[in-house]
Amino acid sequence: MHIMEGFLPVFWCLIWFTASIPVIAYGVYNLNKLVKEKREILPILAVAGAFIFVLSSLKIPSVTGSCSHPTGTGIGAIIFGPAITAVLGTIVLIFQALFLAHGGLTTLGANVFSMGIVGPVVSYLIYKAGMKAKLNFYLIVFLAAAFGDLATYITTSTELALAFPAGGLFNYVAFISSFSKFLAIFAITQVPLAIIEGAVSALLFKYVIEVKSDILVEMKVFNESLVHKLRGLSS
Amino acid sequence: MSRKLEFIVIAIILIFAAQFFYMSSTTHADYGGADDKPAGVIDQITGGAYKPIAKPIWVPPSDEIESLLFGLQAATGAIIIGYFLGYYRAKNRFESDFDMQRDKKVQRDEKIQT
Repeated sequence: MHIMEGFLPVFWCLIWFTASIPVIAYGVYNLNKLVKEKREILPILAVAGAFIFVLSSLKIPSVTGSCSHPTGTGIGAIIFGPAITAVLGTIVLIFQALFLAHGGLTTLGANVFSMGIVGPVVSYLIYKAGMKAKLNFYLIVFLAAAFGDLATYITTSTELALAFPAGGLFNYVAFISSFSKFLAIFAITQVPLAIIEGAVSALLFKYVIEVKSDILVEMKVFNESLVHKLRGLSS
Repeated sequence: MSRKLEFIVIAIILIFAAQFFYMSSTTHADYGGADDKPAGVIDQITGGAYKPIAKPIWVPPSDEIESLLFGLQAATGAIIIGYFLGYYRAKNRFESDFDMQRDKKVQRDEKIQT
């Protein structure tokens, strides 16, 4: 989902920076407040960030014969919400832009918007809806992470199609034509990876619950009774 | 302790791995990065008129260096996850052992008193 350095016109670089910066600012504000109020959260924050680090570095071969990578933002989004996860995602994206020539500084705004903002927002909404519908908790984590992953890649396709419509600017048909071309690169490749990302996220969540569920209760990810239920099932 | 979730995750990964071995031995797929492909589509849409507005400040000089850096990125993340999960697991066990021994001692003391 990294749009390569230089591969967005200046106008669209600015648009996506404008869209991303307020969210990042809000995320940094939230992050500072959270760390000040609850220092004991830091290790879990580190684990959520490290998970993004690991998953976004793994380029996995897919059924289409090309390689792509998961995003790993689902766990952060569920525990800390989308804004703080956007900050974590931005750190990873800057690292990859500077040291790996993956993504870029001009396209950072667009990449933050897709991986750091839209993906986590979708994950968060699915988690909230799933909790309300009282689905199995690990199924919720799976769905949230998998669809957050897919949403990220759909957003990347949208960003590219908006910048490079096959025809006039702001022409619906031209947009759809380009959108389907970019989606063809990303979407089908991403489906199996999204499934793996969902599964691995659910597994990591299980281990976090096993060792440190009290902090998740404090963060209001779920309540005490669910912990008993999950532990009852897993012990 | 139930290992149901672990089995499901391993099954998913095995199915995926089997698919990969089958595909890679029966087709000539190049398994290139999907991130690099939009450049070709952009060329096709714009008729080659679009020139990137910027170049990466630094590009890893070879594929080996690039995979080294990706490997370091994954390893850094994995260490952090493993360290904290292990730390909390051992801490919980230590605390529950400690509680158990204290309870035993309290019971013993009560017996002595009575």
